Amino acid sequence: MANSKTPSGKPRIGVYVCHCGTNIAGVVDVEDVANWSAEELKDIGVVLSRDNKFMCSSQGQELIESDIKEFGLNRVVVAACSPHLHEKTFRGACERAGMNPFFCEMASIREQVSWVTKDKKKATEKSKSMVAGAVNRVVYHEALEPIKVPINPTTLIVGGGIAGIQAALEIANTGHEVYLVEREPSIGGHMAQFDKTFPTLDCSACILTPRMSEVGMHPNINLLTWSEVENVDGFVGNFDVTIRKKSRCVIEEDCTGCGICVQKCPITVIDDEFGVGIGTRKAIYTPFDQAIPNYPVLDKENCTYFIKGTCRACEKFCATNAIDFEQQDEIINVTVGNIILATGYDLFDARKMPNYGYGRYPNVFTSMEFERLCNAAGPTNGEIVLRDGVTAPKSVAIVHCVGSRDKNHNNYCSAICCMQSLKFAHIVYERTGAEIHNFYIDIRTTAKNYDEFYQRVLDEGTLFVRGKVAEITDVPQNEAEEGKLIVQAEDTLAGLQRRIPVDMVILSVGLEPKGDSDEVAHQFGISCSSNGWFTEKHPKLDPVSTMTEGIFIAGCATGPKDIPASVSQGSAAAARVISYIEMGELELEPVRASVIEEICSGCKICNDLCPYNAIIFIEDKQVTEINEALCQGCGTCVAACPAGAIVGTGFSNEQILAQIEGLMMDFSVPEVV
Amino acid sequence: MKYLFYPGCSMQRSAKPYLDSLKLVEKTLGLESVDVEDWNCCGATEFSSVNRTASHAIVGRNLALAQEQASGTDELVAACSACYLNLSKTDHFMREDADFNALVNDALSAGGLEYEPGSVKVRHSLDIIVNNVGYDAVKEKVTKPLSGLRVGAYYGCMIVRPDVNERFSNPEEPYELEDLLEVLGAEVVDFKMKTQCCSGHMTQISSEVAYDMIKQIVKPAVEEEIDVLVTLCPMCQLNIDAFQNEMNKHFGTNYEVPILYFSQLMGLAFGYTEKELGIGKEFVNVSPALAKIGKTTEEVPTPKKKKKSKSDPSLPMPKMPIHYRGGS
Ligand SMILES: Cc1cc2nc3c(=O)[nH]c(=O)nc-3n(C[C@H](O)[C@H](O)[C@H](O)COP(=O)(O)OP(=O)(O)OC[C@H]3O[C@@H](n4cnc5c(N)ncnc54)[C@H](O)[C@@H]3O)c2cc1C
Ligand code: SF4
Ligand code: SF4
Repeated sequence: MANSKTPSGKPRIGVYVCHCGTNIAGVVDVEDVANWSAEELKDIGVVLSRDNKFMCSSQGQELIESDIKEFGLNRVVVAACSPHLHEKTFRGACERAGMNPFFCEMASIREQVSWVTKDKKKATEKSKSMVAGAVNRVVYHEALEPIKVPINPTTLIVGGGIAGIQAALEIANTGHEVYLVEREPSIGGHMAQFDKTFPTLDCSACILTPRMSEVGMHPNINLLTWSEVENVDGFVGNFDVTIRKKSRCVIEEDCTGCGICVQKCPITVIDDEFGVGIGTRKAIYTPFDQAIPNYPVLDKENCTYFIKGTCRACEKFCATNAIDFEQQDEIINVTVGNIILATGYDLFDARKMPNYGYGRYPNVFTSMEFERLCNAAGPTNGEIVLRDGVTAPKSVAIVHCVGSRDKNHNNYCSAICCMQSLKFAHIVYERTGAEIHNFYIDIRTTAKNYDEFYQRVLDEGTLFVRGKVAEITDVPQNEAEEGKLIVQAEDTLAGLQRRIPVDMVILSVGLEPKGDSDEVAHQFGISCSSNGWFTEKHPKLDPVSTMTEGIFIAGCATGPKDIPASVSQGSAAAARVISYIEMGELELEPVRASVIEEICSGCKICNDLCPYNAIIFIEDKQVTEINEALCQGCGTCVAACPAGAIVGTGFSNEQILAQIEGLMMDFSVPEVV
Repeated sequence: MKYLFYPGCSMQRSAKPYLDSLKLVEKTLGLESVDVEDWNCCGATEFSSVNRTASHAIVGRNLALAQEQASGTDELVAACSACYLNLSKTDHFMREDADFNALVNDALSAGGLEYEPGSVKVRHSLDIIVNNVGYDAVKEKVTKPLSGLRVGAYYGCMIVRPDVNERFSNPEEPYELEDLLEVLGAEVVDFKMKTQCCSGHMTQISSEVAYDMIKQIVKPAVEEEIDVLVTLCPMCQLNIDAFQNEMNKHFGTNYEVPILYFSQLMGLAFGYTEKELGIGKEFVNVSPALAKIGKTTEEVPTPKKKKKSKSDPSLPMPKMPIHYRGGS
């Protein structure tokens, strides 16, 4: 088959220069580029060169197809947008005309030329260079056949927040097996900590816990909580995953979840995890009543038995002998075809803004502390009180955008804090009748029913001050301020400096990437944006995929978002996985690197460079090997190998050098003065 | 350790005691400081809003001189907050903005000078003492601990904001000065207004605004029963000291909070006399406060961290990093 698609004889190259409407043609003289290519590059093999308004349109694609047939083209160069966008399109056109698609090459004269300059003359010149490079390169292209890999139908989901829960249920309901790995003792994520959810104000637990128990009981879901992924090897269709199931000191098979151990444990400690430092828990505990799974975890650091060697009260009272102080971590190996990362977010540490006094002034709370405070299952049974635990506040300030939209901290908008602040205003209004001041920069209530909720809070009489809070202090300047927290802010609508004395301040801290997002990204061979959120394959058109095949992302792990958006992404990622499973096998780009064993000296220089972890070292043979399916053809190792032992199909030294030669071709016409 | 020292105008006149005491402290700590020769005024606080290029060019001149005279060191130290900030800012802007760098250097070339941004490291004396000398070395030199003296660390605004070189722990809640005073044996109070502006030159522009700002600093100091405020800025010292009486008249109050330079307190702890350290020239009499030194006040037993009783309904406070003093 390769024969029919392998060009015989001299290269016959067609060049197509796209206008992209005015995207390219507004800056680059496309006609000149086309004419120049036809004239100057004919010695290399260009037989025709055209410009066209939209090459990606069906008319543009048909043009390529008919030219291939009519003029016997055996290679095609399209100067247009980035290959990320349309390489597939043009390769498809070539293939339809009977040509091996890998004889098609693109020159990105939009992203790399017209979008990044205003200088028309230079833009046109650069476009010519890039076309020359592509033409010179394509001469050396070879026919390639796609790589096919089978897809293992089992899926790994990391993170059991609402996004991970949703994805797990979607996949499991189609009959396929899922491993759901959650780091904490229970699934549920942040949503489990909330009292109510905006904008409908339905009780968070009421809508979340049915989903949680469904996960817990689902025959196709293997739930591993208090567990973490230790290692990932392999590639799409066939990942080998090592999971560490941390010791809980409780034998899951025997535990009935009766909770008597928790009740009898004499040690109470501050709950810094689920309880965000304002709640308490025992040394043996479940983070909350509806935890899934409901068997407890023993906290060795605080347990008297582990500290002093005595107590064992839990063991004594457990009717089923489920307590096992000797229990060790368990290592579990699973093979999965696809992975979804739904690892969620962390919150901005309010201590980083000492001018807001968190940690210094008892009555400055963070948003998550307040969620716990107003939660019926929280430390005050839902009573909204000051840090003394008894006094109800008469006035409350809610500060938006803490750590967000702030060039000293996170420059992005955390997306949910406006609505969360409005939710708090409503809850405070409803339960305490206190006077409420919201300090905001802009109100962003863009989703369905969100602005209506804002109107409702306005109608309830909450006061809004537009301005960033400069400082929160307890140093009074007059009698009215005595004993209060004073919020100082510039009211940018009134053009005034305001000092507003209140009893309680709530800081709506922003969302941040998980503290370990970089390590997790590296472990799974994906990348993070400069802010630390997982990077999508395409921010608009492929928001739940990553550049690594078989690794999908969902929920707040990709950036701040609300529950509906997190759930949608959970479903979307699941749909992508299900479609891969249904396909049974996947065709991968044959653009790959491979090692010539005889030349490899075993120096290992390339070993740590691969961004996709595709390189392995074979100890027996003392040579490096590249995993075909993991390799994404980035070429890093090819360039790095000092022995020249790595060759890239689709980016051989010959091809790259030819391209560089083309790029540097001297075609400038001497200027006539 | 050797460094170049930029004295600045204030320390020649109103803040002479700062300079005198600092020199003694430097001597005790084995710091070899060489004055920049032929230095000029840093332009103080307002000039940069009047003429940006000129204001930075006059600072640039000092930097250029320092670069030229630097031998065996690339550190340029200032003790006045305004001088420190101006030197830091000019160096920073020249480093960040190539066009501006060219503009300033163009001006400097008229005087046959040239400055390569970043070639000297601008530091504050406090930064040198806590970060290069270190608390332990300071402690070794303490012969007369300041026990019995309740002090409030008052940084003012200019040394910490904007801290372009990130020399201090935090722009709002720094702790270097407190740690130093603790090493000297003083009783350090958590002074909430520690990084508030003293009003700068407002006393000359709108005294009412200035009095209000001064009061915001003095009143809490009185309420915290602070014996002495400790500053590292000639401007702060002048405003709190020389204008306290005017402020009192304006509000009908009778606050009395003396203010000294940190180097004067270091000098006292190192055993120098008040006279050697220039103490005694203040408007607000500091003698009653200094008389407390060494007189151990009645030992107030530090309340044992009582375990939270079962009936105590209060919620736990957030955990804070080690370096936090105060709290409630
Ligand atoms: C104060 C506050 C109030 C809010 N109120 C609302 C509201 O009323 N309505 C609304 O729509 N949205 C609200 N939100 C937003 C909401 O919290 C998020 O949209 C939602 O929780 C995102 O779900 P998630 O599954 O993506 O992430 P998460 O809830 O963060 O879940 C991620 C899970 O992954 C686990 N995990 C992380 N890393 C690993 C790892 N390496 N291995 C294993 N497990 C891991 C975590 O333990 C966690 O269980 C609020 C947010 C805040 C901060
Ligand atoms: S007492 Fe035993 S059965 Fe009951 S929750 Fe504890 S470990 Fe499980
Ligand atoms: S042995 Fe540890 S966990 Fe069990 S009851 Fe005692 S303190 Fe609690």
